[in-house]
Amino acid sequence: MRRIVPIGPYHPLQEEPEFFKLIVEGEKVVDLEINIGYNHRGHEFISQTLTWDQVSFLVERICGICSDSHPYAYVLAVEDIVHITAPPRAQYIRTIIGELERIHSHYLWLGLAGHFIGYNTVWMWVWRYREPLLDLFELIMGNRNHYAINKIGGARRDILPEDYPKIEKYLDLLEKKNTMFTNAILDDPVIRARLENVGVLTKEDAIAYAVTGPTARGSGYACDVRKDDPYDAYDKVDWNMVVFPEGDVLAKAKVRLIECHESIKIVRQCLKDMPDGPIETRVDEIPPGEGIGRHEAPRGEVFHYVRSDGSNMPVRHKVRAPSYMNIASNVVAVRGYSIADAALVLAAVDPCYCCTERTFVYENGKKKYSGQDLLRLSWKKTEDIKRRYKK
Amino acid sequence: MGNAKLWGLKKSPWVFHLAAAPCNNCDIEILDLIAPRWDVERFGIVLIGSPRHADALLVTGVINRKTLPRVLRVYEQTPKPCLVIAIGACACSPNIFTPSYNVVGPYDKHMPVDVYIPGCPPKPETMIMGIIKALKRL
Repeated sequence: MRRIVPIGPYHPLQEEPEFFKLIVEGEKVVDLEINIGYNHRGHEFISQTLTWDQVSFLVERICGICSDSHPYAYVLAVEDIVHITAPPRAQYIRTIIGELERIHSHYLWLGLAGHFIGYNTVWMWVWRYREPLLDLFELIMGNRNHYAINKIGGARRDILPEDYPKIEKYLDLLEKKNTMFTNAILDDPVIRARLENVGVLTKEDAIAYAVTGPTARGSGYACDVRKDDPYDAYDKVDWNMVVFPEGDVLAKAKVRLIECHESIKIVRQCLKDMPDGPIETRVDEIPPGEGIGRHEAPRGEVFHYVRSDGSNMPVRHKVRAPSYMNIASNVVAVRGYSIADAALVLAAVDPCYCCTERTFVYENGKKKYSGQDLLRLSWKKTEDIKRRYKK
Repeated sequence: MGNAKLWGLKKSPWVFHLAAAPCNNCDIEILDLIAPRWDVERFGIVLIGSPRHADALLVTGVINRKTLPRVLRVYEQTPKPCLVIAIGACACSPNIFTPSYNVVGPYDKHMPVDVYIPGCPPKPETMIMGIIKALKRL
């Protein structure tokens, strides 16, 4: 018998309200319907009512987790219209902040993924080592989130030479801890049993659904704007793209963990090679024209298109965020797995999530499961696997 | 009976986190509250999964046309008295989203708000202070 499990709009996996309708047969998920639009605030429209410099503050508020990515792509798009590049020092500063943000975002995902499979220890440990990073952001840019480092023509704030040792000290700590997390997660048989061969997204499906970022790289499809179309300091430093072919949740976790290592490597090299000089090219006027900006956000490629008619505000601003395609791939990834795995699989593409559990399973109009029950089902599965391993 | 409820509320407020159309930042800072550095569970503040058990609503983000009926429904489901704590600049006033066609205003236009915590996002210390202030008012 087919039943419907509506998840949302306020549900355990996302902070942004979004609506998923799981269609289940017994324990098995057979189909998924996605309904988005609960978070529509009209950014593209508001952008056309603000001046060029104000828009970079607006696009920052599209997403708080990747609040560096959207202004980054936006300033790249505007610089494309004006045909200028930022001074070398500003390029390095932007790259450093972009990579530090990647670490913070991946750690956030890792913690919540741990929570969903009932490993709250993973959550608490990971988030503990995320805190010093937010302190670093506060030190460099004056705010824990929403850093406003990107400015048309350069960077808004400089990284002071006396702050270098603090960043390096944190990177040393993080490198050790990241190795610890990687080993702890890959060695734990229970975590492996929960994540391995769950929510498999094949390479063909990844290409068909046009997924980007760690979701694509975890499915064996190598795409990364930082390598494919290098901008700023990414072609001046040495780093590797992380690709795993399996396509399951474990592969996505591995991609994110190893990417944190690569990010540490990039930040270290940037700090070492950072040239002196100005941090801003003065831009007096935006000529008529159109430009595009691409940035590899923690979740995938962010794309901004901006058109100018020579006035002091954009006439058209189009934003494409990575989660839009990644969420659609859930339809194939979740099919055939149990309800206990659904919470994890839906979270595996790293949409921006939170812990407001408001999910219900309806059977002939009668409430059966709540969001808490779904999490409990997931935790119970982990407990069962643990018990099996103890025997 | 009212006094008993107030007494219980002051000791260990259970909070429900309601995000209308947020940018996630306030929401992550709320989750940060239960992470090891701030750990508000030592004050008895617990994040719970249902508005029907909530003593306080932590509301974030602006309200848009699609979420408004749902937000009101969540507020109606909470047992009264229920504190409403508006977290972040968006929840206090629509500020940057004022020109938007889809935003229907801040929370205090649609429900009584007890405490405003401005900031984009407010720091976790500020949020703890706001919750304590709300409790002291009771």
